[in-house]
Amino acid sequence: MQPPVTEIEGFDKRQFRRGLKLISRSLKLRPFSHAIAITGACLFSIAAVVLTRVLGYATDDVIIPNLDNNALDNRDLWLAFTFIITVGLVRGLGAFLRRYFLAGARYGTELHWRRQLFNQYLDLPMSFHRKKSPGELLAHADNDMMIASLALMPLAFTIGTFFLAIVALVNLFLIHPTIALIALVLFPLLAAMNKTYSQRVVTPASSVQEAVGNTSSLVHESFDGILVVKSLGRGEQEVERLRKSAEKIRKHRISVGRLRAIFEPAIYALPNLGVIALLMIGTWLIDKGSLTIGELVSAIALFGILAFPVRIAGIFFEELPRSVVALDRIDEVLNLESSQHQHQGTNAISAESSTLRIENVEARYDDQLILNNISFSVESGEVVALVGPTGVGKSTIADLVGSLQQPTSGYIYLSNTPLNDIKPSDRTKTLTIAFQESFLFADTVKENILLGRQFTDRELQEATEIAQANDFISRLPDGLNTLLGERGVTLSGGQRQRVTLARALIGNPQIIFLDDSTSSVDPVIEKRILDGLKTRKNISLVIVAHRLSTIKLADRVIFLNNGVIEGTGSHEELMRLEAYASLAKAYEKAGVDS
Amino acid sequence: MSQSRHSRRNTRGEISSQKSETTTLDEAEDEEKTGALIVLKRGLQVSPELRTGASLTVLMALIVAAGSLAIPVLIQQILDQGLREEGLRSNFIYISCAIAFLIVSFVIFAQRATYNRLVRVAETTILELRVRVFRHLHRLSLADHQEARKGILTARVTSDIETLSQFAQWGAIAWIVDSVIIVGTLTVMAIYSWQLTLVVIAIYLPIIPILKAIQQQQFLKYREVREAVSETLGQASEAVTAAPVIRSYGYQNSIRSKLEKANQNQYRRQIRAHKFFALLAPVMDTFSALSIAGVIVAGSYLGPEMGLTSGEMIAFVFLTTILIAPIWELGEVLDQTQTALAGWWKILSVLDVPIEVHEPESGEKLKTGALEIEAHNVNFRYRTGSQVLDDISIRIPAGTNVAVVGETGSGKTTFVKLLARIADPTSGQITINGVPIHEIDAGSRHSSIQMVPQDGFLFDQTIRENVSFGKPHASEEEIQTAFHSLGLTDWLNKLPDGINTQTGSRGERISVGERQLVALARAQLANPGLLILDEATSAVDPETEVALVSALERLSQGRTTISVAHRLSTAEKADLILVFDQGKIVETGTHQELSTQNGIYADLHNTWMGNTQAV
Repeated sequence: MQPPVTEIEGFDKRQFRRGLKLISRSLKLRPFSHAIAITGACLFSIAAVVLTRVLGYATDDVIIPNLDNNALDNRDLWLAFTFIITVGLVRGLGAFLRRYFLAGARYGTELHWRRQLFNQYLDLPMSFHRKKSPGELLAHADNDMMIASLALMPLAFTIGTFFLAIVALVNLFLIHPTIALIALVLFPLLAAMNKTYSQRVVTPASSVQEAVGNTSSLVHESFDGILVVKSLGRGEQEVERLRKSAEKIRKHRISVGRLRAIFEPAIYALPNLGVIALLMIGTWLIDKGSLTIGELVSAIALFGILAFPVRIAGIFFEELPRSVVALDRIDEVLNLESSQHQHQGTNAISAESSTLRIENVEARYDDQLILNNISFSVESGEVVALVGPTGVGKSTIADLVGSLQQPTSGYIYLSNTPLNDIKPSDRTKTLTIAFQESFLFADTVKENILLGRQFTDRELQEATEIAQANDFISRLPDGLNTLLGERGVTLSGGQRQRVTLARALIGNPQIIFLDDSTSSVDPVIEKRILDGLKTRKNISLVIVAHRLSTIKLADRVIFLNNGVIEGTGSHEELMRLEAYASLAKAYEKAGVDS
Repeated sequence: MSQSRHSRRNTRGEISSQKSETTTLDEAEDEEKTGALIVLKRGLQVSPELRTGASLTVLMALIVAAGSLAIPVLIQQILDQGLREEGLRSNFIYISCAIAFLIVSFVIFAQRATYNRLVRVAETTILELRVRVFRHLHRLSLADHQEARKGILTARVTSDIETLSQFAQWGAIAWIVDSVIIVGTLTVMAIYSWQLTLVVIAIYLPIIPILKAIQQQQFLKYREVREAVSETLGQASEAVTAAPVIRSYGYQNSIRSKLEKANQNQYRRQIRAHKFFALLAPVMDTFSALSIAGVIVAGSYLGPEMGLTSGEMIAFVFLTTILIAPIWELGEVLDQTQTALAGWWKILSVLDVPIEVHEPESGEKLKTGALEIEAHNVNFRYRTGSQVLDDISIRIPAGTNVAVVGETGSGKTTFVKLLARIADPTSGQITINGVPIHEIDAGSRHSSIQMVPQDGFLFDQTIRENVSFGKPHASEEEIQTAFHSLGLTDWLNKLPDGINTQTGSRGERISVGERQLVALARAQLANPGLLILDEATSAVDPETEVALVSALERLSQGRTTISVAHRLSTAEKADLILVFDQGKIVETGTHQELSTQNGIYADLHNTWMGNTQAV
């Protein structure tokens, strides 16, 4: 059944059409669940109307003959009893079907959307993640998803309500056309009041939501900054800030309350006013002999079941715009084309010895030029240090080499094959990156090193040895099988870096890019790690470093400044460059973390 | 009208069911239940205006009850008195209908007026409670603001209060209104026939244990849902934050299958929990049908003997249908009530946590210029009992440049926090210029002592607003001078919007190092007599740091500076080095003195030297 157009006028029609689209997407995903839920809702409506008729029959055939004329017909009595129970059960069944299968429809839709969302999170290029905060992306999977699917909940009930209105009207017509007339005045009035209420409550209700959200982030901020607040003695001002924000919640809640106070009692009282009219006209019709008392009773009972479903339908129209907006936010991610599928190389490369060559590479971030025409190469077995002031684009090179970002122009070759043409699995086997931020998964130490790849225990052992992680791993409660993260052990910064190092070293990759990945490791241990690495045959290292001791270990230093390579050579040679020398001096002066 | 009250029973419940999916922040915390009466009593003590709210609600309940009971009585009157066999008594019908019409209309307006006032009272109460708890939390000692508890504290003034507010809007009103309606309906029923009333009560009785059982199951299942949701979000959070690692190691598929598993599990649990919500409907409908059918059967057998009229009987049937709605609603409110009471108790408990740092009424003012600091046998212990500072005694002469050195957890950060009176010592005393710190005027202390914490926390405002946070009326010139004296003017001007650059939530829009620069400027603005730097430049890039350190050296004239050092280069130039180890000061002296001793400092320094120069 299509909702009649009158109900939606006044709502933003475009918004409503998009709401219908949201619903039809869910209908396509879960047609079966929706169909049963809607069937249940209609069954409920029919049973509810039938029950009022049964009450009418019971009045005429059981209650009145028995009490007024003392003529109890046992057969009629038990028939009425059985009927009431049966119809009651059917009504309950209808409600159950609606509620239960609606859950399947709603959560099934969420399941599907969430899966699509997660796939996007995994497959979209790195540039996507660089632009979005994790909190935002998680909100899509959590709160946005819940709100987007919220409008699906009253859907079946709303359809059932329109069905109910029709069944009820037909039923009243069959009882007596005059009585149907009262309903014809009452129904539109009820619908109109509801519509006005729904429309007017949308704005203050969303203001409440917004105010609650603002207050919540204010509290978060205020407690996060408690140290600053306390040391500057700004506590009372923070309290005032909260009061102002919470005042808004109060204000908007009172507005919602005022609307509720105007409309709800009236909406619920309207059927009662109808009942009074029914009694006046009904008794007159009874007196004329064209209506029985039972029919009047059944009409009264029918009026009683109208207000509630109409209210639910109102809520459906209140929720729809919110859901549409939430789904829009999710769609923004879903509609992005994952470029991962476009650059899927197929060429194999030999794992024997590898070289890395960067040719005329230019990279931009948000239109800002980061790397301007950079060219350099790393030969097999060479140790190269990348040095340059903060923000010069050293990590961007790591991103380019790891295919996390595409250069805006220029080429990157791995063993003389363009990076994008290489089979991804071959690329990750040949070249690994240990990132600046050492991320660990809530999994075992072992899985954190393997990351789903197949390596022998011997290789694992060798990797942890070179990464100088053996000592502390063996002291963990379950060694390599110790669970890390929230429900497991927390490692120190230096330990975390060593686990991520082992992750990069395992399986003898030919080129390892260390993006400032030993900054939290004790300098003595760092030296041991680098010494250990150099014992590997044909291994090339690219090191982003801030420690003079690390820089001095390199065969060659590449000095980046202002987006270009300003010099290449040994540390001593580069000291002739003024910019390099002052940077080196700062590194020396700043020294090492104590 | 048979179910017009059915209506008010939650337009909410019908569409929500996911009411408690969002994680309550500390379910792990004490699950101990406090009696409802105790919570109410304490709640009334804290918010006496609730009494007004309660009487308003009772008034409204009486009005609503009158409205819903008027119609069955009208039906009975008209059927029995208006429709006589002798003919229609039109006048009686008109008059009784007119009376009923007046009652129903009156109810609309009276309900509107009472509800309006009720919302006002409730929202004002909630507002005051929120502000009060927030203020209390802000006054609590830093020991109560430990990182791990931050979420819980935040929840007290956000989600717990929201739960309470929602309860005030629906649950609390439902309890009173529904009880009055149930009692009122049963009373009218008993007036018609106490025997039939007993029959109805007997039929409805089993509903109580059934509702309870379903509620309990629902509660358990929804808890499982919440666990599943946080599991999914945890997995998703890894997928998002580890994006570079996942991509460069080709780890997508393992993560994908983990996510799928969590996602499926969440779905299954949601469906399972929802089953109980769905089950409520047929249960209630069955009881509703049973009671109507039961009344008709019992009335048919007992009625003639008792002289029950058909009008009374029909009214009785309608009254029976009125009864089901409030019972149903109370059933659904039960679970909300438990959560709300528990939340309320937690909120109230916050007010019982003692405030440890009390500011003096009229304290002593500190003179401008460098401050002299002295610690006498200072101990600091967390409430859990772990000793952080152990009998610290030290005198820091005015104008000294002090470096504090030690391993993580040695107590050095706690020590400097005590100097800024972020917390008070458990025992012992700190004096500033010879005055005990707790006797110093708060305003004077805040302007003379500035601490720059490591995380350089910024508010979601402009840099200007962040810098003038502690001194809101600072002039433009003062602010510019603060940046200039630190040598940060160039940096500031290079920012997209200069001093008006928005720093974003928690300062996210600028780098960690830049946040520290703003925090330094914030402290410099006050031109304090004691400047405490707690690893305040740890994230500043080396080039900038070198410049910054020399600026701070210049500024240290005429002030006492205490730096918790993250690089030993700071310590080399200090007038006095304090070496902390396991809550004690184990070595004091200058770099010259300490580096020649065979102590902890010498060890640290040797390692450091080895690495800057060597290889």
